[in-house]
Amino acid sequence: MVEVCFFLGAIGALGGAIAVVGFRNPFYSVLALIVHLFSLAGLFLLLHSEFVAAAQIVVYAGAVMVLYVFVTAYVGGAEESAWEPIPGQRLLAPLMGAALFVELSIAVLGSSLKALNGEGPEIPLGFGSPAAIGRLLMERFMVAFEAASMLLLLAAVGAVVLASRRDRDHPPAAEAERGERQDGILREPSEPSTRAAV
Amino acid sequence: MAAEWYLVLSALLFAVGAVGVLIRRSLIVILLCLELMLNAGNLALVAFSRMLGDQDGQVFALIVMVVAACEVVIGLGLIVALYRRRLPLDVDDLRELRG
Repeated sequence: MVEVCFFLGAIGALGGAIAVVGFRNPFYSVLALIVHLFSLAGLFLLLHSEFVAAAQIVVYAGAVMVLYVFVTAYVGGAEESAWEPIPGQRLLAPLMGAALFVELSIAVLGSSLKALNGEGPEIPLGFGSPAAIGRLLMERFMVAFEAASMLLLLAAVGAVVLASRRDRDHPPAAEAERGERQDGILREPSEPSTRAAV
Repeated sequence: MAAEWYLVLSALLFAVGAVGVLIRRSLIVILLCLELMLNAGNLALVAFSRMLGDQDGQVFALIVMVVAACEVVIGLGLIVALYRRRLPLDVDDLRELRG
């Protein structure tokens, strides 16, 4: 039973990942990543990490993917050009990826890690539950937890600063854009000065 | 299931993400492929956490998720800023810093 679930999750995760790379339309890539994330959450459940699986679905497949869908719809899915700056890039990149995979597999499987063989130790009840993870976060990893919260705050402020519309830097472009929206009729010359005064 | 399966799957997902970063040009898809690579790392962390019977690896995975969320927020903010300035969202056209 566990094997069937693992292979279902693995096929979903791998198919989602390949679809992300393969689809030409970015919108479909975003939807494929959602499939990938749900499959990965299933694999996390198989590994007895309930809280990480729930966070994966709520934070990633929920919040982050909504952000991606919004930005993709806002920017518009432009098709990529077929122009290759490096000749043969589309052939060389999968070869390099295959080499990376072989190298990682040799490095992981060739190491004589104790954890590699067998099913792992017997785990206590409540392993990976929200209570256990919350206790760890609040006691042992308190500094990392606070640093993560500070990082999230900085990222939120930075995103607002980056994506905010700066009319002061480019007043002519902004005015021209507004003029176009009003059926091509530009505003009165006195209008920008009143706006600047406000 | 033994840990090898999870680790090989994690390596495969990481390689797929790396190939995506190499061959795609759209900024949004490159960000998506970075997510794939981070999630492959998460899978390895959680697999080791299970196989060692130690929950610390799951906390690492959560912190990786936080960092990934920050990266997404900043990256999408940059994409929106580029789009507002009418710059192309193609990494081959954004080569002013190449020297």
